[in-house]
Formats: sequence, C-alpha cells, structure tokens
Amino acid sequence: MNKDLILLGHGSGGKLSHQLLDDLIIPTLSGIPLAGQNDAAVVEHGGQRLAFTTDSYVVDPIFFPGGNIGSLAVNGTVNDLAMMGARPLFISAGLIVEEGFSRTELAGILASMRGAADAAGVRIVTGDTKVVPRGKADRIFINTSGIGAVEHDFAINGANARAGDVVIINGTIGDHGIAVMAEREGLDLRTAIRSDCAALNDLVAEIIAAGGDAVHVLRDPTRGGVATTLKEIALQSDKTITLREETLPLNGAVKGVCSILGLDPLYVANEGKLLAVVAPEAAERVLTRIKGHRLGRDAAIIGHVAEGGGRVQMETAVGGMRAVEMLAGEQLPRIC
Amino acid sequence: MKYQDEFRDRHVVLGLAARIREHVAGRTEPMTFMEVCGTHTMSIYQYGLRTLLPPQVRLISGPGCPVCVTPNEYLDRAVALCRLPDVIVATFGDMVRVPGSTSSLQEERARGADIRIVYSPLDAVAIAARNPEKRVVFLGVGFETTAPAIGGSILAAKKQGLANYFVLAAHKTMPKPMGVLSADPELKIDGYICPAHVSTITGPEIYRFLAEEFHIPCVITGFEPADVMQGVEMLVRQVVAGESRVETQYSRVVRPEGNRKAQEVIREVFTPCDAPWRGIGVIPGSGLRIADAYAVFDAEKAIPVAVEETREHAGCLCGEILKGKAAPTDCPLFGGACTPESPVGACMVSSEGTCAAAYKYGQ
Repeated sequence: MNKDLILLGHGSGGKLSHQLLDDLIIPTLSGIPLAGQNDAAVVEHGGQRLAFTTDSYVVDPIFFPGGNIGSLAVNGTVNDLAMMGARPLFISAGLIVEEGFSRTELAGILASMRGAADAAGVRIVTGDTKVVPRGKADRIFINTSGIGAVEHDFAINGANARAGDVVIINGTIGDHGIAVMAEREGLDLRTAIRSDCAALNDLVAEIIAAGGDAVHVLRDPTRGGVATTLKEIALQSDKTITLREETLPLNGAVKGVCSILGLDPLYVANEGKLLAVVAPEAAERVLTRIKGHRLGRDAAIIGHVAEGGGRVQMETAVGGMRAVEMLAGEQLPRIC
Repeated sequence: MKYQDEFRDRHVVLGLAARIREHVAGRTEPMTFMEVCGTHTMSIYQYGLRTLLPPQVRLISGPGCPVCVTPNEYLDRAVALCRLPDVIVATFGDMVRVPGSTSSLQEERARGADIRIVYSPLDAVAIAARNPEKRVVFLGVGFETTAPAIGGSILAAKKQGLANYFVLAAHKTMPKPMGVLSADPELKIDGYICPAHVSTITGPEIYRFLAEEFHIPCVITGFEPADVMQGVEMLVRQVVAGESRVETQYSRVVRPEGNRKAQEVIREVFTPCDAPWRGIGVIPGSGLRIADAYAVFDAEKAIPVAVEETREHAGCLCGEILKGKAAPTDCPLFGGACTPESPVGACMVSSEGTCAAAYKYGQ
C-alpha cells in the first residue's frame, strides 16, 4: 500500500487523523505533547489567560436539518473555546467560495453566521474571502478562528481526568452525523432527525458555576464521536474510562438508522454535545444544573474514570464487556 | 424501539446465559459453534456476548463477510476499471478500503478516480442515468442478501434503456462453503449459527444437508443480542440431546418458503457458477454470474481491461481465519502490520470482518 497518499480517512477525526497529527503535523509545526493537545490553546499574555482556536468546515450538504455550514462554523469555534472553560469573545471568518456559487445561498449562510454569533454573544471582527475556479472547491468552505477569555484560575483540559470522576453528557448522541448523512444520501427516513448544532458556551458557564474546580475536562465529541473523544481523554489523562451502554442517551430514530446501516452511534459526529468529566462530589450538582438548561434536558451520567492507562471500555446493555477504540478510517455502512 | 429494545433486554440475555450454563453444567468437553455471518460476528463482539458464555461454549467466526471472502483478483479488476477515464465505480462503502494486490479503491480515489459510495444499487443506476457520457460499474458483491437488489438494478437499467450501467459480479451463495467446512477433518464444528438475512431470502431448507449428512445442528438466528444468545441456547440443547436439526430462532422474519419474489429475481438475472473464495479456494456452484441474456450489463464481458497479476499478502492469515481455523490474534500481523487504518487483509477492513471486530471491540 502507498503510505504517501493522504486519504479521506485522514480527515475523519479518528485514528488516522491522530496518526497524521502525531507523525507529521505536530512534530513539524510545534511539538506540543499529547497532554497539551486540546480543542483550543490556552496562552498567557499580559497577565491574562486567553483561549485561541481555529477550525475549517467542509460539510456536505451545506444546508441540513437543524443548521447549515454557517451556523456550524460559528458554533463549532465557540464550542472549542468553551471546552477550555473560556468565555468566547471574538471570531474571524474565512470564506473560500467556488465560482458559480449562488449569491442568495451565500447571503443565507452569512445571515446564519451572524445569527449564531449574536446568540452566542460573540462578535465576528475580521475575515477574508477567496473565490476559486469552478471545480477547485465544493461550493463553499469556511474557516473560523476564535479568541476567548479564561476567567478562572483552575485548569480544564483533556489531561485532567482523575480516578473517581464521573463522565456526563448533555444529551442524545449522533444526531448531527445522522441528520447530515440522511440529507446527503437522500435517505427517506420518514422521521425528522435534526442536527444538534448549537453554541455550548452558555451551558459551560452554568457547569462551571455549579462545579467550579471540580470540573476537570470538557470536550465536544464532534468528528469521531463520543468513542474517539473519550479515548483521547483517556490517553491524555492516562486513565481508564468505563462506560455503561444502557445509560447512553440515544434518539430512537438515530438508533434505528444506525441499526439499519450498521453504524455505531458512539462514532457518529455531534455538534451540540459536550462531555464533562467531573469530580464525584460535584457530579449530581452539575448534572442537575445541566438538566435545567435547554441544551441539557436529556443529560446523563454515562461512565466513570479509574486508574490505568489510556483505555476505554464499555459494559454493554446486555451485561457483557468490550473495548472502545478510536474510529478507524471513515465509518461506512455495511453491505448486508 | 419496537422489535429492537425487546431483543436488547439485559434480563432476557442474562436469563438465556444462565440457561446455557445449566445445560452444559458438568460437561468438560467444549462445544464449538460457528457464526457464519459477519453481522453476527459484529453483534457478538459489540455486545461482549463471549464474556457471558461458559467456558464449555466456544464461538468461532466463519466465511460470512462478503468483503472478506472476495479474492484479490476481483479487487484488482475493480482497480483496473476505476483507472479508465470514462468509468465511475459505484460501490457499497466497505469495499473502498480493501487492499488488492498493489492498490485499493480509496487509494485510487485519492489519485483522482471517480468512486462513489452508494447505499443501494439503484443509486448506481441513477448515477448512470445522470452521466450518459460515463460508464458506471457497480461492484456486485455479497450473498443471497444483496443479489436480489443488484439483480433488480440490472432489470431497472434495462427498463430505462441504459447502455452505460454495468455490474462487476462476484456474488456467492451460502450453504456450499458450510459443507466444505463441515467435511474438514481439522475443524470440529458442533453447530452453526446460520445467517439471518440470507435465510430470509432462501428459507431454512438449504441447511438440511448439514444436519442430515454431517449431523451438525443448525439454528437460523437473528442479529440482536437476545437472538444470538437464544440461538446458542437452542444449539446447546440439540448438542446435549444428541440431535441435529435445522431450527429457526429468527421466525419473526424467516419464512419456510423464503422470499419468492427475491428468488425469482436471482433466477432471472443470474446463473450459478463456480466461485473462488478467499482462503477456501474454488467451490463448485457456489457463485452467481450474470446470465447470458443480461451479458450487456456484465462489466467483466463488456469492458475489457488489463488486470495486474494477483499477489497475495505475505503472512496474512485471512484464509485460515475465514475457515475458523485461526483466531485474529493468532495472526502475526494482527494489530501491528495490519490494523483498520492500514489493513493487510480483508478481514481487517470490512465492518463485518472478524479481525476488525476483534481489533475494535476485543483488545
């Protein structure tokens, strides 16, 4: 096999993506160790702690039930800042538009970006626009970067999970990935599955208000899904995380589609979900506060952290045990 | 969810596990059951069912993953076809990552080949209708389960008058390799967990010779964890009683006569042929080729292309694993040179492959 080719799987957010980061991108660009690899960098300047992040959005289709590439690009960057416990402040917008793209659709996407920014309380303060020849991009790509302020003195990051902590999720898993896949493939599901695309900064503020320094890790399980994200946390923290499958919140329609297509919802992308790893004494308090938030009604404790290196395992719904690994390549529907 | 949650009920599954333990209590000799279908393999790993079974009951995986049993030669032809400038290859997703002799479809896609992942063969027909200047080749792999839909796509293309839709057919039919494995003196199979989807099409009669000639109990079993555990319990009961019958656990879907309409499509569009199975070799009458009346849709006949010489991957134990003679962890490449990100053998690629299941859920 040719090891030189970049494959689609290198962009899946799973194991191949991590290999590309670990083998090539991070050693070349900065050499940040695993424990320091988070959704955003936290940097200090002038006595102030700032969170800084960037992300590119290449979703197909660009309009899907529950959002579009514009709201996704703003919410995604807001969430990456929020996952470091930062208050998102400013965002940039870089647009790469394919020749022939509809001005009306562009206007709709920009309006969504503005709406999402206003809803999240952030300002889009700078940007860039490029138009490339037809066929050189898939309609529109958006890059957003963001800056936020860390306004507390404790650390929230992926290396901070401790033995005894509980893992909380704020709602049902896999909604975004299945909504996008259904729209892209024209699957007639006879049921409405909407993306969960949302800004999580307000919910994070509630979590920190309820849990304070008992909040050890926050991470949004986007590409690669809950499984890949928890594996990242387990590796960064050098701990073992055990999930209980029967506690995983799952929308009935998503469960059905995953079952038919042979997809595991643990690996399906989310855009309005977060995983909070919280000290046990604060768990109920934090869970209650999340459940009281409009983005957390279906929140649940889904797992526990123990000593031991870098493993994720799951007690299955029927009482068996199995390992949970990162997504390998793309998740593809089965044949029969 | 109706028809799903009931079959994932912890108390039901643990109750079945307890009954299995009761049946085998006091027995020292292990009994080995082969699940033939890849979806069963995934279910067994995904729900951790082996951890619920007593040590006397051993589950091994067989040649029921359609991607895994497809030989390199077929993949090499698919790669050669996708390199033609006017060809679009349409395929179920699993096939794109399977390595052929020197390349794979995902590598060819990265180099610029037009390869589309579809969810139904009719999607490939639609691609052909939208792209009259291109030739669209659908990769027709799978068992009796997929053959009717792919046969149906040929009938649909004919009805639409499409001259640019082709199928590269490598269909296989199920019970014959089970006969080969049953006759293998190295393998001592005490029972088969028979495939659910295949049996939905064929009905249960196809397994009768296994029970009568080889005295091996057969239970057609559904895919949910309670289905699998009940199937195992039914097999254990037969073994303990010294019986060998064909039973249907999956009776909510499988009918004695099967699906007659699907069988008619298979008979209309395909003709039985000898077929090569990865790791097993050529099994007479175990494949389906496109019937002469539909030869214009047969990619192998209609699109001549030079195919590279087939090379097997050194050290890969896929063949032995497909026959149930080796476990994934017996393979020297497993988890090292061969991983889902960089697979050497097909068993590590498919979402239904034994090695992929063992790697993803079992480590």
